[in-house]
Parts: sequence; structure tokens; C-alpha cells
Amino acid sequence: MTERVAGADRRVERQGRRRGVMGWVDVRGRRLGGWAFILNRLTGLGVLFYLYLHLIVLSQLAVGPSAWDSLLRNWFLNPVFLLLDVVLLAGLVIHGLNGVRLALVGFGIVIDRQKALLLAFGVLGAILIVIGALRFISDAGAK
Amino acid sequence: MSDTTSVTFRVHRYKQGDEDPHHDRFAVEVGPRTTVLDALTAIRRTQDPTLTLRHSCFHASCGTCGMKVNDHEVLACVTNVRELGTDEVRVEPLDNAPVVSDLVVDMGPFYARFDVAERPLVRESELVPGSHTAAGVPQSMRYEDCIECGICVSACPIAGTDPAYLGPAALAAIDRVRQEPRGVDVGPIMRLADDPHAAWRCHLAFECTEACPSNVDPAGHIMQLRRSLFARGWRRPSAEPQGARR
Ligand code: SF4
Ligand code: FES
Repeated sequence: MTERVAGADRRVERQGRRRGVMGWVDVRGRRLGGWAFILNRLTGLGVLFYLYLHLIVLSQLAVGPSAWDSLLRNWFLNPVFLLLDVVLLAGLVIHGLNGVRLALVGFGIVIDRQKALLLAFGVLGAILIVIGALRFISDAGAK
Repeated sequence: MSDTTSVTFRVHRYKQGDEDPHHDRFAVEVGPRTTVLDALTAIRRTQDPTLTLRHSCFHASCGTCGMKVNDHEVLACVTNVRELGTDEVRVEPLDNAPVVSDLVVDMGPFYARFDVAERPLVRESELVPGSHTAAGVPQSMRYEDCIECGICVSACPIAGTDPAYLGPAALAAIDRVRQEPRGVDVGPIMRLADDPHAAWRCHLAFECTEACPSNVDPAGHIMQLRRSLFARGWRRPSAEPQGARR
């Protein structure tokens, strides 16, 4: 039985099935380090996006105190924003810890134990994210 | 009673001049010890003689049967079909290399990059504890681990986006020369390794090390190269041609 390869074209063959940028987020067949690679890219893009968003939001300060206060009241204490705060925290923790891992392994300081380091940072990151999320929720409840 | 079961193989097909690649399905009877390569050669023998694939040794030493099976880069000759645990087995050529026909990719660019590393083909043998070299033989030698299968390049996400990347196998070979120069001037190849498209291009996914069927640990070698480059303070001379990687 014959079936067409999804999305295939001759350009793909000439270029040799090069995975391209979409290959970065193609999780098929990827292992632990591949997942760290994918997460690092996604969180990096997410944090970059947040940086611009942050600057846009801060620009409300220039409008005046009342504009800023209403932004805080109407938006940032909303549970959806609370969830986005947790997502942001997760992105920063993952990208930050992975950056430390990349520096330690990438400059040859920890090579043989790189997998153990990845697992240890994964556990540490999960703990930090859970603690941060609980803190956000309890702070919001107190307001 | 024969202990065989029918397994469907979904095989990537492409011939020069085809508009698009496609997949063909073949049912193959497999036994407990049937490998993917056994199944593919059986397909070619009994169902479709036009199926193109590469192999030679059938025992994980020539490196010619590298391909993707169920999304993982493997040597087909030592991949047991039943151990895959799927009713359908998807077989595709390696990624990040030009497809010549069906499951065969052009290894020319891969070998060309490997050449720049001076091909450290032999190394001193690590003897089994308690053993010794034969009388009159000063030092046992054996072949390097790398069987030049190209699996690491297929698994590497950076090779997927940077066609100029020297690649895991070539960088591992450079590091082997650095470790044991055996008369080779390491200066030029270390400068090559210092290129932005070489040792520093790796983003530490370690997929190459995980996929390598010969325990070469290319990513580990790349990290050791980096450590060496960093420690020695190698600087990339801006005027130097970088031809070998192009
Ligand atoms: S380093 Fe490993 S995966 Fe890469 S070509 Fe050599 S044997 Fe194959
Ligand atoms: S046929 Fe030689 S390695 Fe598989």
C-alpha cells in the first residue's frame, strides 16, 4: 500500500531531510537532553516575549498613578494572570538553571556527570517552581 | 511449530526524479531474532526488488545500515524487530543528509568533514584486566570506536539547522587526535574546532551521545575539546581560511 509522506516535497529531498527549526520542537524520538534543548529554546523565546510585554506594561506608569492602579486591580490580581505568573516563573527557572548547566558542562567543568547534573537541576527546578507557585497563591489570597 | 508473527513495515520510498517521497507498507513474518535489516532484505528478496538500502557486515561494525526506525536512529542490523514492541515499524533514512534513494543517504558530505580530522583510525588497545600483549608486540592496537555511520549527525538538532556545522563525529575525531596526536600537528585542526560552526556550535542536547551505537560519546568529546580550547586560550585567527568545513 502506498501513501504520501505528509508535508513532503522535493525540496526536502534535495536538502536531505534537514530537520530545520521545526526540528527543534519535534519531540519524536528525543531523549532527556533533547527535551532540555527544546525547553531551553521555548523558555528563551517566552522570556524574550515577556521582556517586551513588561516594557509595554511599564509604559502605563507614564500615563499616571490612576492608570497603573486600575491596571493592577483589574488585571494583575486576576487568577488568569496568577497562572501566567507561575508560567513565567517556570520559564525563568528552567531557562536560568539550564543556562547554569550549559555553562558548567559546556566549559568542560562537569562532563562525565552531565546527565546526573541535568536530573539534579530538573528536580531543583521543579521544587523552586512549586514553592514559587504556592507563594504566589498565598500572596494573592492575602490581598 | 514456527514462532513467527506478521509485522507491518512502513518504509520510506523515494527515487531520483520522483515528485514526492512516499511510504510503502509491507507485511513480514518475523521470528524472535529477526532484525530490521533481516526484514528489509526479506522485503527486497520476496516483495519489492527495487527497495534500496545499504548494508555490509550484519554485525554493527561497518556502519552502513544506519537509519531511523520508529523515530530513533539505529543500526538496522542489530535492531531486533520484536523488541521494538510495535505492530507497525516505521523505517526512514537518516536525517540531515541528502536522500539518494529510499533508505540510502549520500554520506559524501559526512565523510568529507570526517577527513579534516585526520581520521584517527587506530588507537592503543585497552587490554582486558589480567591480559597482556603477545611476546614481540610492543603495544596492541585496535580500530577506533567510531564506525562512521552518521547516526550522530542525524540525531543532532544543530545539524538540522546549520549546514556548515562540522558535526559530532568529526569533532569527536578531532578530540581523539588532540588526545593522541601520534605525530599529527594538532594546531590546524584545533583552530578548525574553534570555529563558530564547530565545537562552540553545540547546544548540549547530547542526542548524538545517546544515539551513537558505538559508545563514542561525541558530545563528551566536544565538551573536552571546548575545555581544551578554553584552557589553552586558542584564538581563531580572523584571516585564516576556514575551507575544510565548507
Ligand atoms: S560518533 Fe558514533 S554515531 Fe557518530 S558516526 Fe561515529 S559511531 Fe556513528
Ligand atoms: S550492516 Fe554493518 S553495521 Fe549494520
